[in-house]
Amino acid sequence: MNTLVYIDNFKGEALPASWEAVGVGKTLGKVTGLIFGSGLEALAKTAFEYGVDEILLADDVSLADYRAEVYATTLKQVCGDQGCDVLLFPSTSRGRELAAMAAIDLNTGVLVDAVALEANGDKLTVTRPIYSGKVLEKVTCALKPQIITLRGRAFPKPAPQPGKTGPVKKVAAGSGALTTVDGYTTSEGGVSLTDANIIVSGGRGMAENPTLQPPADLDAKQAEIWRAQQGFAKLKEMADVLGGAVGASRAAVDAGYVPYAMQVGQTGKLVSPNVYIACGISGAIQHLAGMRSSKMIVAINKDAEAPIFKLARYGVVGDLHQIIPALTVAFKKRLGK
Amino acid sequence: MKLVACVKTTPDTTAAVKVENSQATWGDAPLVINPWDEYAVEAALKLKEANGGTVTVISVGGEEARIALKHALAMGADDAVLISDPALAGVDPQAIAHILTAAIQKLGGVDVAFFGRQAIDDDSGTTPAQAARLLGWPALTLVSVIKVDGRSLRVERAIEEGRQIVTAKLPAVVSLVKDSGEPRYPSFMGIRKASKAEIPTWSLSQIGIPAPAAVIEHVTLINAPVREVVCELITGGNPQEIAEHLAEKILGEKQL
Repeated sequence: MNTLVYIDNFKGEALPASWEAVGVGKTLGKVTGLIFGSGLEALAKTAFEYGVDEILLADDVSLADYRAEVYATTLKQVCGDQGCDVLLFPSTSRGRELAAMAAIDLNTGVLVDAVALEANGDKLTVTRPIYSGKVLEKVTCALKPQIITLRGRAFPKPAPQPGKTGPVKKVAAGSGALTTVDGYTTSEGGVSLTDANIIVSGGRGMAENPTLQPPADLDAKQAEIWRAQQGFAKLKEMADVLGGAVGASRAAVDAGYVPYAMQVGQTGKLVSPNVYIACGISGAIQHLAGMRSSKMIVAINKDAEAPIFKLARYGVVGDLHQIIPALTVAFKKRLGK
Repeated sequence: MKLVACVKTTPDTTAAVKVENSQATWGDAPLVINPWDEYAVEAALKLKEANGGTVTVISVGGEEARIALKHALAMGADDAVLISDPALAGVDPQAIAHILTAAIQKLGGVDVAFFGRQAIDDDSGTTPAQAARLLGWPALTLVSVIKVDGRSLRVERAIEEGRQIVTAKLPAVVSLVKDSGEPRYPSFMGIRKASKAEIPTWSLSQIGIPAPAAVIEHVTLINAPVREVVCELITGGNPQEIAEHLAEKILGEKQL
């Protein structure tokens, strides 16, 4: 099978789910990596180390910023020239969009968000979550190429092989721009939720800390938010010790404690870390939908009846505002930090 | 401005969906407008309030599709169109993109077609990009902020790395994320108006396309595996003791 894997990058830096897609591609045979952007020599080198056999590189200033139409046209040209049976993408925002457009351009279908893949001869069957993971469906597409996006962290990331290299073939950038990119506002660094190995998440309970004394000029609502933000700062300290990211429940976002970008759940981010520590989160069905594929869940909640305990491997029924700082100290000590 | 919002009816987010007789069922959980599509309707209404014009909502489906359309009308949309046809049974999201494209073209003169980022039943999230590609319009997806400047739109797109600021000429496709603004609740007057509204139904032949072939083959549906865990409650005489015990347990799982 002729398998092309789209390696999603931002300013020359690959998103980790791209390497997982390369790993899946390798289970099908030889992998051709597609890399679009500008100034990509270092990325091409890394791609070979992650197992890509050859690279089709569209390295052009006109591709410096991701623009859906130009990237989709580049992809259409490459697939037309190259021919391909399977086209894999990571389920990133760009990957999903390009896969959707490629299905239109190449007169085929697209199977989105695969969490498992079976090959029967040339035909691939994908397992994908629907209804926020409450149900799984198995789907195939009879048309070629078979276009599939792979959910992040659902497949193992291959181990890099330092020094491995291969042929790079330059391909032309497409045209047809319909947008101009005026710039970026980047989120404050740190580990991204969808890539995180460990997530420490806070809910409504983050505000319930009567021992804190908010500044006198705040009204009741502002004082609640202030209290919650002090709590989230403690979660961040712990996440930093563990090399993880901080998430939040919808209740915490809607109450104005933290920005929407931190929301985990059905109408927020879908995450699947190795460890998910839920603090003051009761575990509404919409929240569980966003984190149920975490390998291990730990719950800290003062309400012993909270539904989150039903999914948790370890639980603490108690005051998270006392447990969290103590837990951070305990992790620091054990991890030698 | 001539504005369109594409909406879908889905089971409520609290629905306990499971597979019975090879079909997804949700018992007596209510059907609602897809929560993401409320943001699409809200964005369209805000743009209309700022710049004048009309908001038309479109849905593809059977009778249940009226639930989403009526909700959007109650929020303040001016009119609604239901695209319904016996040939639609079993269509996939890509077919929906073709149908919505044809409907938008039939309406004519549309400046912006708004979509939610994805539907919470199928979770594909591909329809906005596919409709944009078919229309030949810019795909402004995952948008959190919209500014209109004459005949162009300047938007902020939510991407993994933060936000990308993009400008495009109208007409355009825009899909919305949650921080584009909380959708308004339907007013009492709005609900009355919506309940009386006559929603025209268009067949596929009326929008001038044959039934799009389904490209995706559904093999089987399975219930998500039940998580078999027994929660071990960690206790101790004081928070430090509990924390020590819990840290030991978590690190002992070798997941970090």
